[in-house]
Amino acid sequence: MFAELNSILNTFPDKFSQEEFIIISERRCDASFLIHHFLSFYLRARCKVCFLGLVQSFSHYNAVSQRLGVNLVQAKEKGQLVFLEGLQESLDPTKGLQDLFQFVRSSCSGPSGPLGCTDRSGGPEEWGPPVLLVDDLGVLLSLGVSVGTVLDFSHYCRATVCSRLQGNVVMLLHCDEEEDDGDDEGAEQLLKGLTHQCSLTLHVQGLPTGYCRDIHGQMEVCWRRQQADEQHTLNKLFQYKVHDKGASFFARGTSSAFL
Amino acid sequence: MAAPVSGVGNPGVRSSSLNSTSFQKKTRSKLLSIPGTRPSVQNGQLLVSTGVTSLDFLLGGGLAVGAVLLIEEDYYDSYSRMILKYFLAEGVVCQHELFVASAQDSPNDILQELPSPIMDDVAIPKPVEQPRLSSEPQDSLDTMKIAWRYQNLPKVQSTLTSSSRFGHYYDVSKTMEAEIRQAAKCHCFNLPDHPQQTTPSYSPTLESYSALLKSLQEVIQKEGFAGKSRNILRIGLHSLGSSLWGDDLCCCDNPKHTHALTTFLYGLRALLRSSLAVAVVTVPSHLIQNRALMGRIAKLSDTAIALESFKGSERETNPLYKDYHGLLHVRQVPHLNCLASQFPDHKDLAFKLKRKQFSIEVNFFLLSLFTFDIHTFPFIHLIGLTCACTESECNLSFWCIMFFVQHIKYLLI
Repeated sequence: MFAELNSILNTFPDKFSQEEFIIISERRCDASFLIHHFLSFYLRARCKVCFLGLVQSFSHYNAVSQRLGVNLVQAKEKGQLVFLEGLQESLDPTKGLQDLFQFVRSSCSGPSGPLGCTDRSGGPEEWGPPVLLVDDLGVLLSLGVSVGTVLDFSHYCRATVCSRLQGNVVMLLHCDEEEDDGDDEGAEQLLKGLTHQCSLTLHVQGLPTGYCRDIHGQMEVCWRRQQADEQHTLNKLFQYKVHDKGASFFARGTSSAFL
Repeated sequence: MAAPVSGVGNPGVRSSSLNSTSFQKKTRSKLLSIPGTRPSVQNGQLLVSTGVTSLDFLLGGGLAVGAVLLIEEDYYDSYSRMILKYFLAEGVVCQHELFVASAQDSPNDILQELPSPIMDDVAIPKPVEQPRLSSEPQDSLDTMKIAWRYQNLPKVQSTLTSSSRFGHYYDVSKTMEAEIRQAAKCHCFNLPDHPQQTTPSYSPTLESYSALLKSLQEVIQKEGFAGKSRNILRIGLHSLGSSLWGDDLCCCDNPKHTHALTTFLYGLRALLRSSLAVAVVTVPSHLIQNRALMGRIAKLSDTAIALESFKGSERETNPLYKDYHGLLHVRQVPHLNCLASQFPDHKDLAFKLKRKQFSIEVNFFLLSLFTFDIHTFPFIHLIGLTCACTESECNLSFWCIMFFVQHIKYLLI
């Protein structure tokens, strides 16, 4: 959980908005640090988390989360975290994503804890609203799933988790720069479709001038839905640097390396 | 991921089978170190050497076990093939097992071209000599006069003891001797030996890739790399994605099998993450027209580098590049088990294949964007001599260039 990002997004473990659909898009960089942020954030907020980790193995996520102060193994044992390791399941894209959706639905709306686990008052441990995290939708495209199928999947997930169960959904999508329109219709189309449905988008890009040691990239935060009473569609732009135990965000040009 | 080995204090030298002394080093860690590997200083991950020491340094100490290195080939596949051979030769020297797959040449051909290691401490296997009884007549040259107590011990280090060094140097002008090569266990996959039917068009995978993946799975299961083995499997896959594998990525603008190679790479990653294996894959990326697809292929590998050789291009005769054979681009560096990746500080890298070393250096000339006329060349060479900097960061050179830039303004006006 990154404290600076919490203040930027105005969310805190004890007070965060529900029914949010958050999209993280990455271009020319690696935005998986944001997925780790949201994972540790929602686990600290005592939500029931369903995590589809398609890119890396469970031990990778566990190792990084331990640096951020959260233990995934314990969360799994207590029933707070349901983890799908994509590398170990054999995802068969020709059959579509129905099995994946069934898994998501059953884990998000299932009983809040394993039967043997009780809290002090003797009942099963209650977790907060369910949260679905997906890392990364681009893997599904690489495996041959069509854009329409992935859009349907995201729509069904949003309808189930956000609308019916009042939870949140966070999805990561990797897009590449395309030179002309014919190249990567898949990821760009998918991004447009998802951005239309979402309430908050975090566009993460590498710097256009190339790699820099002190600034790893820039992040644009776009709120799409009107928040509470405010009627603004504010876009904020930050630059960031990822450290070993977190990430720091600063306004453009104010990196500590240059000031 | 393969579990990090906490054998830092135990240098790879096993207590020898000779038991010439009674001293046994006590290892406190339960995990024994595997020869040819070392833990990373950043996150304790197990690393193996690629065979090219400058590439190891670039990648943060070596290749992580369980990861894939993708090499985008140069035009004539000369230097990428060379790096593949270095990788396999390093495996032979460290006594790892090898798996080589190729559609073009027979894997045995690749294995016969491995460079010979330059060695002071690689043990060449010699037949074990029996200790002689003292009653037999001995050659006077063999009699030890001073250290006579050690006379009756076996003379050579019998079996191949692993070299305790990490990363070796190779002499490219000689090929590895057959006896060293045959001591290593090699599995070969030659595509023409596996006849295939045509793939049904609805399937996202190709028969050739599925057969390769299945063969890899069998080897890993049979030799126990996923469980009880204490050795590393080095996998070298040559020229994946080329037309010889049945893939049309390289020949069409809109290929039919867009997802065959990416599906294979995902399956390879799944296989490697749960076993003690490392893979080096070369892909002829200059033939792939679809850049976004190339980006997805790179994203599915852990480390990705691209080689661009000067052979045949107009840069070959450019005096700026005369010291080098080509450029090396680091496309991606993994961050396994940690949050941030360690990109090399400089992105303008050039390589040169010398007889005894494949060197990768920072090329400061590439930083400049100016076009130089003939009068300024002497200045460049002067600066080049003062700031040729191989592997360490050199702020002095930056200021040299700034100084140079200040003065060139007067020349150009």
